[in-house]
Amino acid sequence: MSKTIFKDPRQERELFVRRIVISGIVSVICIIGILLRLIWLQIHNYDHFRTKSHDNRVKLEPIPPIRGLIYEAHHIPLAENVPTYSLEIVPEKVADVGKTIDELRALIPISDRDIRRFKIQRKRRRRFDGVPLREQLTEEEIAKFAVNSYRFVGVSINVTMLRHYPLPRESSHVLGYVGSINERELKTIDTSRYSGTKHIGKSGLEKSYEDLLHGQVGMRQVEVNARGRVLQELEAHPPQQGHNLHLYLDLNLQREADRALGEESGALVAIDPRTGGVLALVSKPSYDPNLFVTGISHESYNSLTNSPERPLYNRALRGQYPPGSTVKPFVGLAGLEAGIIRPTDRVFCPGYYKIPGQDHKYRDWRKTGHGDTNIDSAITESCDVYFYVLARNLGIDSLHDFLSQFSFGKATGIDLSGELGGLVPSREWKRIRHKTSWYPGETLIMGIGQGYMLATPLQLASATATLAARGRFIRPRVVRAIEGPTTGGAVQELPMEITQISRQSDQNWQTIITAMQHVIESSRGTAKSIATSAYHIAGKTGTAQVFTVRQNEEYDENKIHKKMRDHALFVAFAPVEDPRIAIAVLVENGGHGGAVAAPIARRVMDMHLLHEDNFKLGTAILDNVP
Amino acid sequence: MNFELNPTKKISIINKLHIDLPLITGLLVLCGYGLTVLYSASDQDMGMVERQVLRLTLGFGVMLAIAQISPVTLYRWSPWLFFGGLGTLLAVLVLGVIGKGAQRWLDLGVMRFQPSELIKLAVPMMLSRYLSNKHLPPPPMTIINAGLLILVPTLLIAKQPDLGTALLVASSGIFALFLSGISWFIITGFAATMFAIAPAVWLLLHDYQRKRVMTLLMPESDPLGAGYHIIQSKIAIGSGGLHGKGWLHGTQSHLDFLPERHTDFIFAVLSEELGFIGILVLMAIYIFIIMRGLYIATQAQDTFGRLLAGSLTLVFFVYLAVNTGMVTGVLPVVGVPLPLVSYGGTSLVTIMASFGILMSIHAHRKLLSV
Repeated sequence: MSKTIFKDPRQERELFVRRIVISGIVSVICIIGILLRLIWLQIHNYDHFRTKSHDNRVKLEPIPPIRGLIYEAHHIPLAENVPTYSLEIVPEKVADVGKTIDELRALIPISDRDIRRFKIQRKRRRRFDGVPLREQLTEEEIAKFAVNSYRFVGVSINVTMLRHYPLPRESSHVLGYVGSINERELKTIDTSRYSGTKHIGKSGLEKSYEDLLHGQVGMRQVEVNARGRVLQELEAHPPQQGHNLHLYLDLNLQREADRALGEESGALVAIDPRTGGVLALVSKPSYDPNLFVTGISHESYNSLTNSPERPLYNRALRGQYPPGSTVKPFVGLAGLEAGIIRPTDRVFCPGYYKIPGQDHKYRDWRKTGHGDTNIDSAITESCDVYFYVLARNLGIDSLHDFLSQFSFGKATGIDLSGELGGLVPSREWKRIRHKTSWYPGETLIMGIGQGYMLATPLQLASATATLAARGRFIRPRVVRAIEGPTTGGAVQELPMEITQISRQSDQNWQTIITAMQHVIESSRGTAKSIATSAYHIAGKTGTAQVFTVRQNEEYDENKIHKKMRDHALFVAFAPVEDPRIAIAVLVENGGHGGAVAAPIARRVMDMHLLHEDNFKLGTAILDNVP
Repeated sequence: MNFELNPTKKISIINKLHIDLPLITGLLVLCGYGLTVLYSASDQDMGMVERQVLRLTLGFGVMLAIAQISPVTLYRWSPWLFFGGLGTLLAVLVLGVIGKGAQRWLDLGVMRFQPSELIKLAVPMMLSRYLSNKHLPPPPMTIINAGLLILVPTLLIAKQPDLGTALLVASSGIFALFLSGISWFIITGFAATMFAIAPAVWLLLHDYQRKRVMTLLMPESDPLGAGYHIIQSKIAIGSGGLHGKGWLHGTQSHLDFLPERHTDFIFAVLSEELGFIGILVLMAIYIFIIMRGLYIATQAQDTFGRLLAGSLTLVFFVYLAVNTGMVTGVLPVVGVPLPLVSYGGTSLVTIMASFGILMSIHAHRKLLSV
């Protein structure tokens, strides 16, 4: 108002139009810039972003395979998969989780430990994933929940397949068990193959046949949204079920062996000499492998490991004992085959033996002696002096070489994990192990299965089977056949691995076998008590002195008496003419082999040879399983 | 100048309603295209589309109503709107302090009123009025006064804090100044000063705004937090390619990977589903509208109309540039909608009102004396 404004409209307008044109050009340039940015994103980097977009929405989910089943000889399942039911809560669908849990508690028992675990797991999962609250619901609990389920939106019962061993007592040491995959195993397994699998074989067949039992994982491609919720399935590759295993193992024999051993600690292994198939493998005491599947509690685990009887210890595979007199048939055979002795050669047994020039008396178990003995009577009566002489004549080197052929001193290679190899000493071994030379006296006591020599019950059974088969060593196997995807669904027999021990003369083998038959059938035999008219048995008793107890366990007066006792051993096969079962029995601190171990073997042989066709027994057992 | 003095009957109806046919055609095509995209972005929620149609109808109504108001009246209202707007901004700020956190509207009981939307129109009107009375190109004193008229409302809005709106308000005023013929010397000087004081502005920014700027510079550094929006938006756009994944078939959008997909990030939905070709169509429509707006500005009869029409059109362009720049990851996420396409209320009405002003200016071009 105060100042008059002089305006030039024409000039103003021209100036304005220029500015508008500039603005228009700048605007178009900006938009072109945005378009160039879009070309960069949409055309130039299209593949990159398309992949990212695809990865965003498509996720792979593993479908765990069903673990293969394990059947014994009569097709009774020893390991199966059973559905177990767990109570799950989907936090997203539940308004007040705490209140819901309180209401559920009124219905079915839920421990504080369950709730703690629930809270931990809930943090790790997404809101729309089910979180387990209670595992292993009983049928009654399922029914209780089912009736009231309308009150619990977002709470459901979930089914998962869990390994179950219906006959734990009879089969634990053969089957082993599965358990949760631990950190150490995680490093060795193919994690993509095990994505979705929670359990892995920890011992026994479950471990040694893990690859076949596990099966192939399946995959499904799913479309997920930004929060990971699965919206739809795009593609699925079903999992391949694991292989079923068909065993040589005979449940009837397992049960019989288990009963025959009773409350004793010990082991029994029975092998079919024709196939190498393990008919029975029992280690006592046993345990319930089912405890390990669901995660064993601390108390249960401690009671298993701290028990003086060591139930988890597989005596059949890992128990290494002096074979005692059960080694005599093999030493005798070594002598015959080496040409050191003839069947008619005689040794006088006064009840002891002295190495010429030494004062030490190597005693016979019978103080009065056996008198004149030959190989047959020496085995029949288990004369020690005969074998002192024979061992001394043979020498440690030939003794070591001959026994090693029977897989003494090395693992038999059975298809179970954890087997130990025992020990057949040699000069070289002693030099390395004890840094001293070999003494002649050590050869002597090795002739009667004492001293350094150690063998597992499995090795004794396998060696006996090899003897029964006239030198045909077949690698012992528990699994007879497999059935699964790689066999086209058919039951496929696994091949036998046979090694023939070189034989000088068939007559030598026959001499030893006849002598072993006399152990049972002669009036002077050390196992004459188990003689039967039903079939012919060839066997050998043994008694192993317990050295370690004397040195280590002097403190416990009460236990010493029992633990000081010798281990009772017995090996046998039958029928002699056509051997179908070779057996080794060990009873820890059982005393004399003939009295304690032999009757156990007889019961199992009876079951195998006389009641073999009794399939019904097996099914009857199965019916009693809950 | 030669003007059409013998309009046909048909044109006369449109003329009587002060409708600019090319502009309204462009706007209708844009809204139709936008609704198509919104239908997909909302997961085929017809309810949402209907509400948007209702808002657009309201917007077109407001546009037509304002088109009937003569520029002279707008000129007269400018100071009232401006200072009234400033008052309500202050009121909001005070109530915001009493309440908690960011407050952008006044609750009038019946409806929520956002004074910043009113200011979006009032600032260019006030600047145009002020400058049209001065000698142009404006002398330094005029520029300083004009600068104050811009700065005060801008700061009040930035304080709310609403960075996007502050940016739009400031740019509307600056455009008026620019179009008034402010000398290039001053423009360069001003730009240099702004560059120099940028660090000071950084200190004034809120934490969340700084975080957004940082995220813009390095979105991959925080893929689950602040960078998530931009990363997912870029994936959506990039995976669209030339032809797009097809309408309704955008996986990023429909599987919830893309945040704010029916509001600020709807451009990414369009890019994903309709591809670069779909974007070209959209940009063509926008360019047409902007060019028509700029043409109307050049045809205006007086300086007030010219400056107002020009700056309002350029603000419309700023909406587009800031939104697409933010969604494609070249500008910070400041919360500016894609004009007339994004789902949402008040800014849509304001934009339609500004087009109403343009139509009024165009319709009255020959009625005003120079």
